[in-house]
Amino acid sequence: MLRKLHSLPGLIAALFAIVLAVTGAILSFSPALERANASVPAAGQVSVAELADTVARHYPGAEQIKRTPSGTLIVYYTRDGDVGADRIDPRTGQAIAPYAPSSFSRWVKNLHRSLLLDTPGRMVAGITALAMIVLTISGTLLLAARLGGWRQLLRPIRGTLSQRLHLELGRAALLGLLLSGLTGAYLSATTFGLAPEGVEAEPDFPLEVSGGTPAAIDTLPVLQATDLNDLRELVYPYPDDPTDMYSLETHQGAGFIDQASGEWLSYQPHDATHSVYALIYQLHTGEGLWWLGLILGLSALTVPVMAITGAMIWWKRRRSRPKIVANSGANAADSVILVGSEGNTTWGFAKTLHDSLTQAGHRVHTAPMNQLASRYRHAKRLFILTATYGDGDAPASASRFLTRLDNITDTPQLPVAVLGFGDQQFPQFCGFAKKIEASLTAKGWPLLLPLDTIDRQSGQAFTRWGNAVGKALGTKLALVHTPTRPRTTALALAERVDYGAGVQAPTDVLRFKAPAASGKTALLSRWLKRTGLPSFEAGDLVGILPPNSQVPRFYSLASASTDGVLEICVRQHPNGLCSSFLHALPVGGTIDAFIQPNPDFRPTSGKAPVVLIGAGTGIGPLVGFIRHNKTHHPMHLYWGGRNPQSDFLYETELNAYLTDRRLTQLNAAFSRIDERAYVQDKLTANGPELRRLIDKGAQILVCGGRGMATSVISALDDIIAPLGIDVTTLKAQGRYREDVY
Amino acid sequence: MNKLTLTLGLVATLALSTAALAREVTFTTELKDYGGDEAYMALYLTDANGQYQDTLWIAGKKSKYYKHLRDWARGSGLRSREYDGLTGASVGSGRSLNITLDIADELIDAGYDVRVDTAVEDNRDNRADVAVALTTEGAGQAVSGRGYVQSFRYTF
Repeated sequence: MLRKLHSLPGLIAALFAIVLAVTGAILSFSPALERANASVPAAGQVSVAELADTVARHYPGAEQIKRTPSGTLIVYYTRDGDVGADRIDPRTGQAIAPYAPSSFSRWVKNLHRSLLLDTPGRMVAGITALAMIVLTISGTLLLAARLGGWRQLLRPIRGTLSQRLHLELGRAALLGLLLSGLTGAYLSATTFGLAPEGVEAEPDFPLEVSGGTPAAIDTLPVLQATDLNDLRELVYPYPDDPTDMYSLETHQGAGFIDQASGEWLSYQPHDATHSVYALIYQLHTGEGLWWLGLILGLSALTVPVMAITGAMIWWKRRRSRPKIVANSGANAADSVILVGSEGNTTWGFAKTLHDSLTQAGHRVHTAPMNQLASRYRHAKRLFILTATYGDGDAPASASRFLTRLDNITDTPQLPVAVLGFGDQQFPQFCGFAKKIEASLTAKGWPLLLPLDTIDRQSGQAFTRWGNAVGKALGTKLALVHTPTRPRTTALALAERVDYGAGVQAPTDVLRFKAPAASGKTALLSRWLKRTGLPSFEAGDLVGILPPNSQVPRFYSLASASTDGVLEICVRQHPNGLCSSFLHALPVGGTIDAFIQPNPDFRPTSGKAPVVLIGAGTGIGPLVGFIRHNKTHHPMHLYWGGRNPQSDFLYETELNAYLTDRRLTQLNAAFSRIDERAYVQDKLTANGPELRRLIDKGAQILVCGGRGMATSVISALDDIIAPLGIDVTTLKAQGRYREDVY
Repeated sequence: MNKLTLTLGLVATLALSTAALAREVTFTTELKDYGGDEAYMALYLTDANGQYQDTLWIAGKKSKYYKHLRDWARGSGLRSREYDGLTGASVGSGRSLNITLDIADELIDAGYDVRVDTAVEDNRDNRADVAVALTTEGAGQAVSGRGYVQSFRYTF
């Protein structure tokens, strides 16, 4: 619901929002530019009387002095029958340069106000401002939910590039955009008479003047008492017209001044509503508040990026939602699958289950959890597949599930199996699934199977659960789930480096390239610097389908597609189908591969140091991060192997990276030499150093086997205990990420 | 100041019976290509001393900007009964305004001036951009303004 409230106005208003934001940003910089060019005397230094006097000396035909909110002074004058306008110095009253308002900024201003379409355009602009308010508020709520609460709002954000851009920029620009939206909507409402703008002071025209001899300007009391900084506008009387008078407008009010006495003939202050209007106008334009203008302008500049990334995110989510074929009605089905999904990944698993059950002859009804019915007439079993959102909360398609469950008064008889999807690295792993199972048990629902969980879309774990379901149903159920539909690319092995033969751990670094294009395509590809590789970054995963298998195996990538090669580090397992295939693959041999982004596992930007920890082939993505550390971010590598003579993976490269400072420090431990040590021993030995780094906000990335990862956690827990934190804290802060297999 | 009784109004609203006492006068105001927003204009009559007599036409809908038509504002006191029914749209840069009104015969060749005040947002306000005597021999003669007005003429 909230998500719809965000994406719908976003998609509709995107184009207009881009136009208004870009024009708004251009306009927002002018107060700062103007302020930089204007000399503004401090309050109390120059009175309007002094200014009006010096101006009148330099411009005998001066008609009017205007002061812009940014402090620029403009004098309008007549000379020899011609009119002119000059920007003047407030102290001397002398011309700085002729004044002509820029026609470009006028055009931009009109585009901003009305899209150059007058009244209909002004309406669109107003509606866009309203959409901006809705978008910032719903976006903030979504962001807070995603990060696990309001207190977590400043936590690092992970996700795909478009998600990160959208969320990071959105978070930074939030207040600016909300202010622009609110003030813009108000100004628009005043244009259409829907909100009061108050009345500027309209003092009565005096019917009579004293008629005395005009006094010298600098002796007029009211002008003397008015500070230059309060001035908006001063209009001189016609020369030689004793019945005319000065007209003065200040920030406080407006009135007319007698030429002879220099006293008010009439005066009226601006009304309170108008002062509010003026303040809101100022908050919207930044006029006279150049720094606010800059903040608003920078915030506005994020809008085009957010509109585009937002649309991309929406499209991706929409596309990834699978179509359920042969979906039975709720009352016809014997098996019901309810799905709680935020990003639609869980739908993919539900579809696999749905198809398998259908194939086994069941009538299956699959629906979002929010569509829980109070009764399924022919159902024999209920499956609930749900992800968890943020800190144990309901994902989008399950937000109303618990309320609906509470409303069911019938005695539950339908056996239910809950399957949770999540990421073990989050403290509230499958928190919502646990909550659901607890509520069901409390209400007396019979269990078909106890709660099971799937960590990071593990296909194997899902197959295992499928077997359990099959057993419970008395049918054989083969759940083969591939998280993303692999549209594979054929890649050819270009180079291989073999290690580890001497320590019974044959390990290969494999580099793949796209098969060479030919003819015109080749030229075009070279010209576009296209490598023919799908797009990926170090730390992403490549799924490889070994011959005669439908189940892909995943390997962490040690290179980015910009490197021109796809590089992985693979250890041959004696019975490993895919690793044996890769180990035996000759140079020139091809594989079928696809990319699965793993955006959570990569160094975050910022100044904090990075600690990379790995063992064996876990070095792969870590080397990739180091290779791309062109900005010489401090990076400390801890790695464990068996014997430096045999399986010191990437030894040459790592030494080169140390020399060119892409790598700050290399700590290698070996387990099959005399002074045997594991990587966690190295960590403990360097405890004080690590404690210092973590205290400085270091981020830790761990890649390797599960056993190693557990040892690393217990070693680190000891090391950082004096800081009063543990690895769980670091995980919650997003500073500890694992790629474990 | 003696207030003149004028018979003013749009042609369409005018009864034929007044034709004998009034003359149909067309005022044409061409604006320069000054390159700003649309201009607000006040066409009005003054006596020979420049004292405001009556409003002929106000171009521009928002009365909150009328005070920038300074001389007219001063003369008319911005009282709405002075301009009720005599307002129309503002006029863009380089465009022209044609207004046809019935003017009482007694005002022509009687020492009255036609004046035009103009104002544009974020630009100068022009008091008496145009000031020209309303006479039979002046009819059809274009005069240039000193502000946004390129040329102004009236024809009977």
